[in-house]
Amino acid sequence: MNQAFRIGDGGLVNRDKKLSFKFNGKSYFGFEGDTLASALLANGVHLVGRSFKYHRPRGFFGAGVDEPYAIVQLYRNGETEPNIKATEQELFEGLEAKSVNCWPSVNFDIGAINNFLKIFLPAGFYYKTFMWPKSFWYRIYEPFIRKAAGLGVASTKHDNERYEHKYEYCDLLIAGSGPSGLSSAYAAAKNGARVILAEDKPRFGGSLLTSDVNIGNQSGKDWAEGIIAELKTMPNVVVKNRSQIFGYYDHNMLVMSEKVSDHLPKTKKYHPNKRLWYIRAKEVLISSGSIERPIVFGNNDTPGVMLSSAAKEYLKVYGVLVGKKPLVFTNNDSGYETAIEFKKHGVDPIVLDSRKNPKSEIIDEAKNLGINIKNSYVVVAAQGYKKVKSAEIASISDDKKKLGKIESINCDCICVSGFWTPTIHLASQSGNKTKFKEEIDAFVPGVSKQNETTLGSANGVFSLEETLKTSFSAGSELSKKITKNDNNIAIPNVVEKKSSQHDKFWCVPLPKGKNYKRFLDFQNDVAVSDVEIALREGYRSIEHVKRYTTLGMATDQGKTSNLNGLQLVSEIENKVVPAVGHTTFRPPYTPVSIGAIVGREVGKHSKPTRKSPMHSWHEKNNAVFVDAGVWLRPRYYKRGNETLFEASKREAKNVRTNVGVCDVTTLGKIDVKGPDSAELLNRVYTNAWLKLPVGKARYGVMLREDGIVMDDGTTTRISENHYHMTTTTAQAANVLSHLEYYLQLIWPELNVNVVSTTEQWAGAAIAGPKSRDLLQKLFPNSDVSNEGLPFMGYMEGDFFGIKARIFRISFSGELAYEVNVESDYGNFMWENIMKVGEEFGIQPYGTEALSTLRIEMGHVAGSELDGRTIPYDNALEGLVSKKKDFIGKRSLQRSAFTAEDRQRIVGVVPLDRQTSIPEGSHLVKDDKAPLPNPKLGHISASCWSVEYDNPFSLAILKDGKNMIGQKLFAMSPLKNKVIPVEIVSSHYVDPKGERVRS
Amino acid sequence: MLYINCPHCGMRSQNEFSYGGDASVKRPELNKEVSDQEWDDFVYNRKSLRGKHLELWQHISGCRQWIKVERDTSTHEIFRTFKAEEEVA
Repeated sequence: MNQAFRIGDGGLVNRDKKLSFKFNGKSYFGFEGDTLASALLANGVHLVGRSFKYHRPRGFFGAGVDEPYAIVQLYRNGETEPNIKATEQELFEGLEAKSVNCWPSVNFDIGAINNFLKIFLPAGFYYKTFMWPKSFWYRIYEPFIRKAAGLGVASTKHDNERYEHKYEYCDLLIAGSGPSGLSSAYAAAKNGARVILAEDKPRFGGSLLTSDVNIGNQSGKDWAEGIIAELKTMPNVVVKNRSQIFGYYDHNMLVMSEKVSDHLPKTKKYHPNKRLWYIRAKEVLISSGSIERPIVFGNNDTPGVMLSSAAKEYLKVYGVLVGKKPLVFTNNDSGYETAIEFKKHGVDPIVLDSRKNPKSEIIDEAKNLGINIKNSYVVVAAQGYKKVKSAEIASISDDKKKLGKIESINCDCICVSGFWTPTIHLASQSGNKTKFKEEIDAFVPGVSKQNETTLGSANGVFSLEETLKTSFSAGSELSKKITKNDNNIAIPNVVEKKSSQHDKFWCVPLPKGKNYKRFLDFQNDVAVSDVEIALREGYRSIEHVKRYTTLGMATDQGKTSNLNGLQLVSEIENKVVPAVGHTTFRPPYTPVSIGAIVGREVGKHSKPTRKSPMHSWHEKNNAVFVDAGVWLRPRYYKRGNETLFEASKREAKNVRTNVGVCDVTTLGKIDVKGPDSAELLNRVYTNAWLKLPVGKARYGVMLREDGIVMDDGTTTRISENHYHMTTTTAQAANVLSHLEYYLQLIWPELNVNVVSTTEQWAGAAIAGPKSRDLLQKLFPNSDVSNEGLPFMGYMEGDFFGIKARIFRISFSGELAYEVNVESDYGNFMWENIMKVGEEFGIQPYGTEALSTLRIEMGHVAGSELDGRTIPYDNALEGLVSKKKDFIGKRSLQRSAFTAEDRQRIVGVVPLDRQTSIPEGSHLVKDDKAPLPNPKLGHISASCWSVEYDNPFSLAILKDGKNMIGQKLFAMSPLKNKVIPVEIVSSHYVDPKGERVRS
Repeated sequence: MLYINCPHCGMRSQNEFSYGGDASVKRPELNKEVSDQEWDDFVYNRKSLRGKHLELWQHISGCRQWIKVERDTSTHEIFRTFKAEEEVA
C-alpha cells in the first residue's frame, strides 16, 4: 500500500529511510521517525482494535501517552509484548503488531454482539449479574469474562531481554522538555546545578514541535533544538528522551522508565531493553504539560474521531493527514490551529465552534484563510461504523440546552477540542493538594508537599510568554539556592497569537428520540448513561462512582475522561466540580513493564549466592547442591546412579561406622570481644556463662523477649576476653542484629564488641568413631586424646603449617570435632582431610546425611526452632537458668508456656517400620474422626534411621511428655497418606549421649 | 523510599536500613520483679500512632548502628534522627 495520507513534504520523519512493517498480517511502509500510529494513519488505517466491553470498532484518539484506544500486541525479535500504545511505539524495520480484544479479527469481531446487547450491559452489570449462583463464578462466568475482556496476552516464555536499575542523584529533576522544561533546565544548568531533564517522547520540545510561535527570533522548534544541543554539551546535565517519569514517591524519590531498545528491531548486545532510574532530587520541576480533553457527543468513539491536537501533531511531526474532509469541533481557539494546518496543506476543514461570537488573532487568521466556520454549532453524533462517514450537526442555543435542526454533513474525521487538562499526576502523587481553577475548568496543583514546583500548562498557564518567564525564574531561583551561582540568563522574547476565552461546554445534549452512546471513558467503554445509572442507584462519592462504573480505571487512568466524568457528576448532583473532587492519582502514570520493575533481580540473580571456599572441590566430586538461605551447600555426593535416599543413607552410615567430613563453613560465626563479654553471653543465653573457662565450648540457647527460641549454637572461650559464637546458618544475620540491639540500646554500659566472622573461617566437621584417629594424624603435635581434648574442649593446632582452631563439638551425636582455618586455606584443609582420612574410610557427607544424624539423635534444628517453640518444647528446659535473668525469661512464666500439657518434642516411628512419614503431617488420635480432625501435633523432621534401618521422625506434640508409647495416626492430606505410628523418645540413638564423650 | 539521615553516615536511602519498632519502649531492668501487665506492655502492647512517632532503625547495610528516627507515620516526614545513646527530649 502506498502512503496515501502522507503529505508531499514536511514533518520531522526521515523520508530517506523507508521501513516496512506488518499490522494484522498485512504489510505496509512507513518512515524512520514514525510511530506505529502515524505510519498506519499514513496508510489510511483507522481501525486498530475493538473496545473493552462492547467490542465497538476503535481507531486512534491521541498521539501519545494519553491514547485510550490504539493498544496493540507487539512482536519483536521472537518475543511478544501486550499493552503497547501504537501512538508511542516507534516504527522499526520489520515491526509486527496485532489488534487485541477482537476475535476472529478486527474487521469481524464476534464480541461486537455486545454492542447490540448494550442495553443489557449497563454500569455494574457484572456486579449485579454474576453474583449468583455463587458456584458459577469460577467455573463459568469468570473464564468467560476473562476470555472476552483483556487488552492483550502476556508471553508465557522466559523473557530474554535484560532490564537495568540505576540510582541517581541530582539538584533539579525536570519532567518534560516542552517550553517550560527547557527554560528551567537551561536556567538551572547555567547556574551549575546538576540537572536531569526527562522527555517521554523520542523528540524533545513538547508543544514547540507543533505550535506556530517564535522564541528569540526563531521558530519555537528551532529554539528548542538549540537549547537541547547546548544542554547535551554540559557536563552537569543529563538529557534523556524516551524516558517517562511515572512515579513520585516519598522524600523526593522519583522513578523513571527509560526505553533503551524499544525503538530498535533488536536490543543491542550488552544493552538493556529498559532502564529504570531511581532518582533522588533536591528539587523537582513538573513541566508535564497538558492533555486536550474531548467534548462528549453521540458515537464519539467512532474511528476517525480524535483530539484536534493529535491531528495537528500527525500533520506537523509526521506529515500525515488524519483525513481529507476534516470536521473540527471546538469550544476554544486550539481547534483553529489544527484547522489552519489543514488549510495550509490544501485540505478544506469545516470548523464548528460552540461559542456564539468568539474573536481572537487565531480566529482572524482562520477567517482570512477562508476556512468555513460555523458558530454556535455542535456535532450531535458521528455516523459510520468502522470509520466516520458523516456527522450530524446542529446549531445550539445560548444556554446549550436546545439543538436546532439536525443536518448531515460529509466528513472523514472529526477533530475535537474541549480545551486543556493540566497533567497534575506527579504533583498529586507527591502529596500536593490540588485545587480547582475555575477559568480553565480543571484542577491545578495547590500547595506543594515535597520539593516540587509545577510550571507551564501543567500548572494551568497556557500563555507561552508567561510559561517562559515563570520557568526561567524557577529554574534560576531553585538552582541558585543550591549552587550559590547566579548567571542571570536573559529571557528571550516571545511571539505568539493571543487566544480568547474557551466555552465552558463539554457535552452535547441528546436530540429528541435518539439514544446515542456518548462515551466518557473510551478505554473502559463508560458512557454518560452509565454514570447516570450509578448516581441514580445512590453512588455519591466520586471514588465509588469510579469503581462501580470503571470510569478512569483503565490503563490510561482516565487521562482524557476524568474531568468530563467529574463535570457530569457535578451537573447531576448540582454541585460544583471542586465539591465533587477528583479520584486519587497513584503511580504509575502510565503502564510500566514488569521486567523493568524487576530489573536484574531474576532467577539466580534475585538473591546473592554464597559459596564456601571448598565449593569447587564439592563440584568436582559430584556434589548435588541445595539452597540453604543464600548459601549453596552439598546435599549429597552422588556415586554412580545413586538416588538422594541411597547416597544420604550411605553417607550417614559411614559417619556412624567410620568417619565423615562435612562442610560447616556456612554456620554463622560472631566474634565477641571485650571485658564484659561473659556478662553479655549470660544475658543473651538462657544458661549460665560467667564461669566458662578459657579453652572450653558451651552449647547455648537464646530467646526472643517473648520467650520463643530464637537460635542455638556453641560458643567457645578463645581467651580471657574473646569468645567465638556460632549460630545457625539461617539466623546468623538476625543474631548479630539482636546482639547489636542490646549492646547499643539496652545495655550500652557493657564493654563488648561483636563482629561477624562467618566469611573469615572455613569449617570442616569430622565425625565418627574413627574421627580421633584421623585428627591425631592431622595434628601429630597436639594431644587430642579424650583427656587432652575432652568433649566441649577447644585448642589451637598446627595444620600442615597453618594455624587451626579445633573444637570438640558434635551435631551428629558421634565422637566429632570441628576444624576451622582461615577461609583462604579452606580448600587446602579439606583436601588434606580427605587425603589423610582415606585409610579410615572417610567420606564427605552432605546436609541430607547431616539431618539424618541429628534427627535420630533428637538434636533440634530450624524445623523445631521454628519461631513457635519455647525451650521446654525442645526438651531444652535443662538449659534454662533458674537463678539469673536473661532475655525472654519473664515471658516463660506465661500460663500457656507453663501448662501441664504443653507441647514437647517426641520421636515418631511408623508401626510397620517401613513407611516414611512426610514432614508436615499432622498427628491425630482418630484417623476416621470428622473434619476438622483435632490436631495433636505435627511432624517437624523425618529421616531413615541408619542405626535401626527404619523410618524415624521428630514431632512437636501436645502433652508430649506423657505420650511416649501411645499409638496415633500421622495424616498428610497433601501426600494422601494416613500412617499408624507410635510415639517414642526423641533421643532415638544413644539416649545417654555416651558416644560424644567417648 | 524514605531518605534517612543516619547520624553517623549522613543521608542514606531506606533500603540500607531495617526497621526496629517503637523507640520509646523501655525494657524493664534485669532481675527486677515486673507485673504481667508491665511485661505485656513491654513485649506486645504498642500504640499505632498517626502522626509523630519515635522509632528505631538499624543501618544494617551501612555502619550497623541502631538509630532513633522521629517520623510522621501518615506523611512520612522525618523531623530528626538521633544516635542510640542520645536522649530524646
